[in-house]
Amino acid sequence: MEITGAELFIKALKEENVDVLFAYPGGQAIDLFNALYGEKDIEVVLPRHEQGLVHAADGYARSTGKVGVCLVTSGPGATNLVTGVATANYDGVPLVCFTGQVPTNLIGNDAFQEVDIVGITKSISKYAVTVRKREDLAETIKKAFYIAKTGKPGVVVVDFPKDIQREYGGDLYPAEVNIRGYKPNASVHIGQIKKALETLNDAKKPVFLIGGGVNIANANDEMTKLAELTGIPVITTIMGKGAIPTTHKLYVGNIGIHGSYAANSAISNCDVLFSIGTRFNDRITGKIEEFAQNATIIHIDIDTASISRNIAVDIPIVGDAKNAICALIEKAVPLNITEWTEQIDLWKKYYPINMTHTGMTPQMIIQSINKIFDNAIITTDVGQNQLWATQFLDLDKNRKMLTSGGLGTMGYGFPAAIGAKIGNPKKDVIAISGDGGMQMNIQEMATAVVYELPIIICILNNGYLGNVRQWQEMFFNKRYSNTCMRYRKSCSIDCNTPNKCCPEYTPDFIKLAESYGAKGIRVTKAEDIENALMDARHNMKVPIVIEFIIDREINVMPIVPPGNPLNDIILESEENKG
Amino acid sequence: MKKRWICLFVENEIGVLASITGLFSGKSYNLDSLTVGTTEDNTISRMTIGLTSDDKTFEQIKKQLNRSVEVIKVVDYTDMPIHMKEILFIKINNCSNDDKTEIFRIAQIFPISVIDYDFTSALLECTQTESKNNALIIFLKKKFLNRLEIVRGGSVAIETIGISEK
Repeated sequence: MEITGAELFIKALKEENVDVLFAYPGGQAIDLFNALYGEKDIEVVLPRHEQGLVHAADGYARSTGKVGVCLVTSGPGATNLVTGVATANYDGVPLVCFTGQVPTNLIGNDAFQEVDIVGITKSISKYAVTVRKREDLAETIKKAFYIAKTGKPGVVVVDFPKDIQREYGGDLYPAEVNIRGYKPNASVHIGQIKKALETLNDAKKPVFLIGGGVNIANANDEMTKLAELTGIPVITTIMGKGAIPTTHKLYVGNIGIHGSYAANSAISNCDVLFSIGTRFNDRITGKIEEFAQNATIIHIDIDTASISRNIAVDIPIVGDAKNAICALIEKAVPLNITEWTEQIDLWKKYYPINMTHTGMTPQMIIQSINKIFDNAIITTDVGQNQLWATQFLDLDKNRKMLTSGGLGTMGYGFPAAIGAKIGNPKKDVIAISGDGGMQMNIQEMATAVVYELPIIICILNNGYLGNVRQWQEMFFNKRYSNTCMRYRKSCSIDCNTPNKCCPEYTPDFIKLAESYGAKGIRVTKAEDIENALMDARHNMKVPIVIEFIIDREINVMPIVPPGNPLNDIILESEENKG
Repeated sequence: MKKRWICLFVENEIGVLASITGLFSGKSYNLDSLTVGTTEDNTISRMTIGLTSDDKTFEQIKKQLNRSVEVIKVVDYTDMPIHMKEILFIKINNCSNDDKTEIFRIAQIFPISVIDYDFTSALLECTQTESKNNALIIFLKKKFLNRLEIVRGGSVAIETIGISEK
């Protein structure tokens, strides 16, 4: 039977079991929206901006493990996706993004709302392609989903010209696809696994360093089992946090420039570093020459290009984290490393991450979230709010965190929470944000309201772009260049401290929330934190903003100053001592 | 740093050349030369890429190329027995009679053909390795200062027949 390209598009989505489509219409996508009209099997979510749209699809994908699907129009619709495409691709999130395009005979014509979105997104996606012929459509969509979700997951952009949307052609959608240049690694090299285990068995001071790959592979149970079986302490990157429950006795903490003293010291002093699913990003290694310099390094990663790029690896193992961990479990044995684990426990005991600051601290807020929400998805924005969340959130099987780790995209957290709630209606979904990032996609409050999503938005409001301000304080002589969110034109130019002239709210988040039909609670005192969170938890209809007015100059500690090795760490700043 | 050669089989599709060169520029890899053409299978294009890099970067380059969906196969030609040639055209202008005599003399020694000719200029064609072409250009530049127009094709390479028996 002959059907239009748009009809085939709908058929393909159904075959791929797409139940939610994040979509924003426009001139070159109007045929696709027409085909979606009245469609019962696919829920279409209309956000208020394409950036919010793609982050929502990202939050949906990360929290459900399914492919997130976006549909936008050509030109500005497509370019508004760009930040979200890079964000998702960086963190290995499977998305398929369809962009409308001008008809093929107008491509290259500088037509109205024409951009070369494939050219723009090629370097920030896993694959990007323009459908050039109607007969290629079905296979291209099949390929897109296959590439997005296999291997290291990523983003595929499919540019879809209007004439192909309208053109009649075959109605077949292939069951499988064979791409000669793309063969994701399905097996693990057993010889390398054996070699890794032999090295491990001789180790006196081994650690696991776990990245986001373990969470993506959904190998948390297996990882916990492997750690318990061998007795090796587990350190995570920000993206790997939750790989084993953070309350587990073998869990040490996060590594990195805001990692814990125990984790950074363990990495610096270990003799075997067994890393899985991390790419040794500069934020975790500190001064690279001194990173785990006495250790034999074993590295498992699905992406060959991540191995021996930043850190020279002694035993590389290419493969899916889950397969590799299962293979390890089969042959691993308990190690006798009590002296080492006791040393790490001492570091943990004597140098915990703790805010000693008086008044309401982010630590209190996040630990209250731990206490009240035991079955929740927590998204973060980027900056201090994110770093505190990664330091203090307790994660396990039922409490997950979504964060933009690779790209560090401000404005991610709130729309990602929308996608997470749509994918997990029975779970509590909490967005932790700052006052800066919250304003980057505040328009999605309308989306949360109209789809009746009772998301809890915790804004940690310090009136600054706090992370940059912290660096300005510590490394730039307190020259607060363009980081004050309450700055007025009439302010003194050399103002470097909050004072009584500062306007109280810019904006008033409570009134703003109410104007959308959401609820707002402002918390200024520590004793009100739990009540506010309990109130929010009982509210089941509308999004609720809890604005925590926190100390303006509170810092994320500890910190490894730029250029320092990991164990050369500042534990406490002057400000935080209060 | 070392000179390297890669033979790359890619999908013969619109935008693939841009993907490959975009990968090199985006990741700050040094690219010396690149040639591309279709193969006996017209859905596949074959590139010969010349580049200069250290060992670590070169490993990354091969891995990055391999993970591109459009790349079918990456073969490292650096230390393999191969045949490699580059075509080079050199037009020499403002020639005197002595110059022209000299050009014909040069053509007897070097593997050069004079393929076009008029009262004041000559067009030479030369097909040999890139490094020999480099040497020839240096020589002719000195000899016919500011009178040369040069176009080079970039190298193409293929494995020697012997290698398949190893």
